[in-house]
Amino acid sequence: MVTAQAVASRVTDPELPMLTLADLGVLREVSEEDGKVVVAITPTYSGCPAMDTMRDDLVHALRAAGYAEVEVRTVLRPAWSSDWITEDGRRKLAEAGISPPGAAPRRSVPVPLTLGPPARRVRCPRCGSAETERLSEFGATACKALHRCRACREPFEHVKEI
Amino acid sequence: MSFDNAYEAITEENDSRWAFGTGFEDPLSGVDATVPSGVDGADLAAYCLMLGDDALIFSHRLQEWCTNAPELEDEVAIANIGLDLLGQARLLLARAGKAEGGDRGEDHYAFFRAENEFRNVRLAELPRGDFGELIARLLVFSTWRLALLQRLVESRDPVLAAIAAKGVKEVTYHRDYAAQWAVRLGDGTEYSRERMTAGLASVWPYADELFTPHPVELRLAGAGVAVDPSATRAEFDDVLGQVLRAATLEVPEAAAIPGVAGKAGRHGVHTEAMGYLLAELQSVARAHPEATW
Repeated sequence: MVTAQAVASRVTDPELPMLTLADLGVLREVSEEDGKVVVAITPTYSGCPAMDTMRDDLVHALRAAGYAEVEVRTVLRPAWSSDWITEDGRRKLAEAGISPPGAAPRRSVPVPLTLGPPARRVRCPRCGSAETERLSEFGATACKALHRCRACREPFEHVKEI
Repeated sequence: MSFDNAYEAITEENDSRWAFGTGFEDPLSGVDATVPSGVDGADLAAYCLMLGDDALIFSHRLQEWCTNAPELEDEVAIANIGLDLLGQARLLLARAGKAEGGDRGEDHYAFFRAENEFRNVRLAELPRGDFGELIARLLVFSTWRLALLQRLVESRDPVLAAIAAKGVKEVTYHRDYAAQWAVRLGDGTEYSRERMTAGLASVWPYADELFTPHPVELRLAGAGVAVDPSATRAEFDDVLGQVLRAATLEVPEAAAIPGVAGKAGRHGVHTEAMGYLLAELQSVARAHPEATW
């Protein structure tokens, strides 16, 4: 029997299907308690509409692998950070034409106001050029911004640093 | 897979044929919901409803911008911000249910409470104005909320602290979005400046209410669970000052619109816009109270 950890680690994200939940850093822990598999996941954003699907997908995958009893628990703390996307995950994002995030901003209190564009250096995931510009800080999902490459002229998505 | 009737088929649990599952599950499932020692569960529930209702009701107003924003990029931005706030509202309303100790979930609070049971500040419910009004309201709301959430990260209630820590990351870019637009409009053309100035003037009379503590907030602040909103005023004034200076705008001079007999949103005393908002927000759930979403 494949271990529960291995089964859960292969479940993919519903909105970024090239990544597993483990690549994304959403899968926090897989353990077994009294014959029951307990999986802990954390939302990327408070309003992430994919949490229910992730839960369902994990339960389905584990049941199909022979684990009859599965419980999926939410963990809220510490809050998810784009820094938790694994090296493997970053490579897969780039291969899919999505620019992976840089380092998340360090938290300070009070949070400083930013009146200019974010100070991020984004390389085009298609041609590698550093000549890119931001089109929109908000994109099709909460975690992505829209950028454009000035060298190859292609638009592309960038996973935001959070 | 066979079913006796079609409805059974579409409400089957854990059915992966549906993009986002069937039925919204408890957003706090598996989170330890113990109320910290020495804290009154009813007070904690009321406080969670205050912060949750602020997010829920303002999110509803932001959703009204879908198909109404001036540009596609802003349409997407406003929808993203509305979704973040809706997510924060779901967590806070679910926390209220657990703190209260009964079996009430988020849907009960969102769809089956009467107007006078909603505890959001009136700023959140004001009718949708023009883009200048939206930016002014989002700037005031998110500057205040960020100041609150930053302090709430230290709450003795670990669930509230976790919800706040997540919210800080989100409201940071809500505030930046609003501030950047306020500068662009204020320091833009004569016309954009006029609209931005009018927007600020229209929301300003509701700003004082944000810093007026309700007795529940004071009691819980004393217990290390909540934040006394009056403690966020200095930070709010400082941030607004930075934005308005960059926008070459003045701090508006508009008298506060008081509540009724000293009571306003936190006490369930709302403006006339609230009833219409709730009629839209609640009508489907009330028409089909047993429905599975």
